[in-house]
Amino acid sequence: MSAYLDLQNIDMTFATAKGEFNALKDVNLKVQKGEFLALIGHSGCGKSTVLNIVAGLLDASAGVALLKDREIRGPGPNRAVVFQNHSLLPWLTVSENVKLAVDKVMADKPKAERREWVMHNLRLVHMEAAADKRPGEISGGMKQRVGIARALAMQPDVLLMDEPFGALDALTRAHLQDSVMEIQAKLNNTVLMITHDVDEAVLLSDRIVMMTNGPSATIGEILTVDLPRPRHRLKLAEDPHYHHLRGQVLEFLYQKQHKAA
Amino acid sequence: MHAHAIKLTVVPGGKSAPDTEETTTMEPTITQTAAAPASTAPARPIPLLQDRIRREQVATLLKTLLLPLLTFAVVIAAWSYIHIHVAPEFPAPSETWEHAKDILADPFYDTGPNDMGIGWQLMYSLGRVAAGFGLAALVGIPLGFAMGMSRGVQMALSPLIQILKPVSPLAWLPIGLLLFKAVDPSAIFVIFITCIWPMVINTATGVKAIPQDYMNVAAVLKLGKVELIRRILFPATLPYVVTGMRLSLGIAWMVIVAAEMLTGGIGIGFWLWDEWNNLNVSSIILAIGIIGGVGIVLDLMMGWAQNRLDYSKR
Ligand SMILES: Nc1ncnc2c1ncn2[C@@H]1O[C@H](COP(=O)(O)OP(=O)(O)O)[C@@H](O)[C@H]1O
Ligand SMILES: [Mg+2]
Repeated sequence: MSAYLDLQNIDMTFATAKGEFNALKDVNLKVQKGEFLALIGHSGCGKSTVLNIVAGLLDASAGVALLKDREIRGPGPNRAVVFQNHSLLPWLTVSENVKLAVDKVMADKPKAERREWVMHNLRLVHMEAAADKRPGEISGGMKQRVGIARALAMQPDVLLMDEPFGALDALTRAHLQDSVMEIQAKLNNTVLMITHDVDEAVLLSDRIVMMTNGPSATIGEILTVDLPRPRHRLKLAEDPHYHHLRGQVLEFLYQKQHKAA
Repeated sequence: MHAHAIKLTVVPGGKSAPDTEETTTMEPTITQTAAAPASTAPARPIPLLQDRIRREQVATLLKTLLLPLLTFAVVIAAWSYIHIHVAPEFPAPSETWEHAKDILADPFYDTGPNDMGIGWQLMYSLGRVAAGFGLAALVGIPLGFAMGMSRGVQMALSPLIQILKPVSPLAWLPIGLLLFKAVDPSAIFVIFITCIWPMVINTATGVKAIPQDYMNVAAVLKLGKVELIRRILFPATLPYVVTGMRLSLGIAWMVIVAAEMLTGGIGIGFWLWDEWNNLNVSSIILAIGIIGGVGIVLDLMMGWAQNRLDYSKR
């Protein structure tokens, strides 16, 4: 059976001032439709590189990336990205930021429908009240919510998130994780999310893709998170299976891929 | 107001003690009011704080008002001293004041091309600056965008700009006169040259300073070239563009005076030089004051535009 998203023998070599740098070597990954994947690994191992190849922002040096059996060539709104630093345009309001994406992907739809779609997606992330604010006037967590709304509004085939909550404090991060789970339960998107937070990976994902250290990083292990949904962080805290899964990721990261830092 | 609010919250903490001690050594009268309530009720030091805030406000007001006035007073004193003891032909401040009132009483008289009021002189100068500045914006801003967006254009133009930028724009005046064979377009040409470098360079810098994130957003949305410029590059670069415009307008206003001294005809620079030929030093002093005043107004206008357009300040 062919996968929805299929990375085959991906190599990535960067040309740097000090010569060639082989970041990824022979990365193979199959993702099914509606799956939520977490990509975890030590900083600098090549997680963003994998995600950017799927986004089309980078071209793999070798191998192919297929989405719905078609080769990925260049970026496009069917692979929406939520960037770590929100990357909202500061001269546009919250709703205008989302509208920019909606106008692009729903160019053929009437204006009223597009406006409603903007508000619908802001409601999904609980940001409709801030629709007319500018990014400079809202908190980091709220900006990230808007970034998610903008990505969701594109109705992407794959939603890509690069450490979306990495810059947030623990409490805000927990709120956003809950929102992501709530949205995922409603929309059942195919999601590839980079994180360096083990609890986040176990809480949110169906499978955890663990990457080895670079250079020439590749996928070390894949852990299936067979915790039933809906998941609640408080209940999971007492769940021995949750702790077992968490322990497996930690073991991979801190024993098998111990990083001398 | 905000800063004061913060100070209020600080007072009950550990920092209040050294503060009061500081006041003790400087102004003993305050210590009595401070020491008494401190022992009875802890809430009482607030009036003292308000006193201090008020005194700070008064002090700032005095400083911002009094110090500049003091400077002007010193200048006028030095001026009078020069008039009395050094160069009697240099007009006294009072003479200049009377002369200024005469001239400013009727700034817009017009008795033929060689005799117009100072208002007209200013209008002509401002008009030339506006024309040169506008033309430079029309050419310089698109050029700056092209340089910022394309390495090729950047590499092609950069050496030329580096060579021409440090040249006094007045050096171009003969070329203007040769090309246009008339005074007015030559002066406008000089202002054009003055304004174009800061505009090109700032615009190009602004385009290159656009965060990669914005470009990634544009890429994911597959914005076309025109949309990319309109929706992302232009708004992101606007603060830089306006800064370049503000810089160039400031220099242009300096250059136009010199250019008009050379070209003659009409304009505040020419008027200043003409008055010098008539040994009318009072007029020159007046012109210096007016040129400075107009310069401030132009800069304030651009500063206002800058604040309006800079999204980081909204
Ligand atoms: N454009 C590039 N040019 C050169 N080296 C790069 C480039 N992008 C990433 N790298 C290198 O590739 C490795 C993986 O980077 P990245 O994918 O950003 O790691 P991660 O997201 O896991 O922290 C790092 O060593 C990084 O320095
Ligand atoms: Mg990264």
